[in-house]
Amino acid sequence: MAVVKEPEVLAPEAEETTEVVSRGRLVWRRFLRRKLAIGGLVVLVAMFVLAFAGPHLTHWKTFDQDLDNTLQGPSLRHFFGTTQLGQDVFVRTMAGLQKSLVIGLLTAFFSTGTAAIVGASAGYFGGWVDRILMWIVDLLLVLPSFMILAILSPHFRGKTWLLFVLLLAAFSWMITARIVRGLTLSLREREFVQAARFMGVPSYAVIFRHLLPSMSSFLIIDATLNVGGAILAESGLSYFGFGVQFPDVSLGTLIADGTPAALTYPWIFLFPGLCLIVAVLAVNVMGDGLRDALDPNSSAVKARTMK
Amino acid sequence: MLKFLLRRFANYLVLVGLAACLGYFLAASSLHPRSNYELRNPRPSQQSIETKLNELNLNDRTPLVKRFTRWGTHFVQGDMGKTIQERPLWEEMKRRMGVSLRLLALGSMIGAVAGVTLGVLGAVKQYSWFDHGSTAWSFLILSTPVFLLAVLLKVAAYKYWNSHVPTGWDLYFVGEYTPNLGGGFIEAFRDRLTHLIVPTLGIVLGQIAFYSRYQRNSFLDVMGADFLRTAQAKGLRRRKALIKHGLRTALIPMATFFAYSFGLLLVGATFTEKIFAWHGMGEWFIDAINTNDVNVVAAVIVFQAVLILLAGLVADVLYAALDPRVRIR
Repeated sequence: MAVVKEPEVLAPEAEETTEVVSRGRLVWRRFLRRKLAIGGLVVLVAMFVLAFAGPHLTHWKTFDQDLDNTLQGPSLRHFFGTTQLGQDVFVRTMAGLQKSLVIGLLTAFFSTGTAAIVGASAGYFGGWVDRILMWIVDLLLVLPSFMILAILSPHFRGKTWLLFVLLLAAFSWMITARIVRGLTLSLREREFVQAARFMGVPSYAVIFRHLLPSMSSFLIIDATLNVGGAILAESGLSYFGFGVQFPDVSLGTLIADGTPAALTYPWIFLFPGLCLIVAVLAVNVMGDGLRDALDPNSSAVKARTMK
Repeated sequence: MLKFLLRRFANYLVLVGLAACLGYFLAASSLHPRSNYELRNPRPSQQSIETKLNELNLNDRTPLVKRFTRWGTHFVQGDMGKTIQERPLWEEMKRRMGVSLRLLALGSMIGAVAGVTLGVLGAVKQYSWFDHGSTAWSFLILSTPVFLLAVLLKVAAYKYWNSHVPTGWDLYFVGEYTPNLGGGFIEAFRDRLTHLIVPTLGIVLGQIAFYSRYQRNSFLDVMGADFLRTAQAKGLRRRKALIKHGLRTALIPMATFFAYSFGLLLVGATFTEKIFAWHGMGEWFIDAINTNDVNVVAAVIVFQAVLILLAGLVADVLYAALDPRVRIR
């Protein structure tokens, strides 16, 4: 995903000799060089602002009905048109966008957090802890989280959407946990970890103070990309009515509402759909840029140095 | 090799068994088949509800473990039970598996071949307009949920294709074939084909995007490798070196991705089947949850687990075939 043309990449020794820059600045500079990633970040922030400020641009509320103007196309009165019930598609889309973005962020946070703790524990302790944890990971990987959540959906019908977020996170951490475990296995043998262990630092402190910070780049990238994945998973489940439940709306439920009339009144599904695509695209592009900025071993950077 | 495969197979088999048990427990504890009968109007007598539920092994007053053992013993003997409409489950499942597998096999095969080709072309012509275009395109597709893609395809077929193409070649997006069509074999074939294209596209596009992204990265890694330079230094043409030595190496990681993505394809197919009204396994799963049909949900879970098992085995074989370093005794 490297569109920027400059072929130079700072070699480690060049950094040290020319000027002393902190890692944070270096990463930020590398991130800024990727115009697309910046674009992603800007779009994402803009969508957040729009989702929370947008509803104040019009006096309609999520469940208001304008019965004189049902199934009208976009106009100044209703920016994105109206539904069969005369509900304002713009306000509903904004409400759905709010929910989808918040669910995406929360789920990614919880899922990467779980993955980090489980993976690091499995790798650090080894032995039967490792075996049991990895066995659970294997088992959960055989069944797609979509199916498990769909089956469990009667349990969170009529309950708060936060429960849905927790369940979504509970079934999406497995692959990351595997990778974290792999990283931990190699970090475990490094001097600074060994030193901490021999100084008598308790295990949890080794994990939280030494192991996880050492792989923070990976965790940040993973969390970012997970936001996109979580939004997609949420909307997919909500599309079938297994996710966010009435009276809450998410982009998934809105698209589901609009699908039956997709051929005749396309704006009902098109606007939430576009918002969904743009949001996920922005997150993915940003995550890709972050990866190139944080991880000098990523393939895009490697490919550039090889030329 | 055979021994290795058998060992892997045994390993997968245990996982499938566990997944099936887990699936059954989850389904039996969270679905509520009793409500199907209690909400009927007029409400059947209490006794007939109990009899019916007992007959279908769906009675929530029977302890879960007991229901599970009954389901498990019957299952091992090859009897998957009945659907909640009291039809034999296996009969229905056979038909639906055919429908789903046709969609999945076609979709993943076309998707993998086209995706790998696009990825290689993108890597060879890195930073060309083609590379930028295909990267942007796959980013866009990967950010679009399957159901949205399916609906968009439906709209596109309706608005753009069907209104500009002579009748007879209209693309259909409801069902697998036109009922009561009549006509000969060619008619029927054309009819099936025109029904197949749009739903398959709904799966293929995502697969192409997925494979081309990974194949591009993996091919870029290979293109910088020493052995390719050596091959060219020894007089092999670049194109030949890339295809003979490069492609094979770059395909190795794809074997893993293939297993991963084929296993998860059924989830994507649930949306495709539901939207295009194909009566396959995915549609069955969604309908079964909505009708509290525990037996069907468990059957689909088993099917999904078996798919993942097969995909894993195929990946193992591919891996061994592609990577000369893998020599299993």
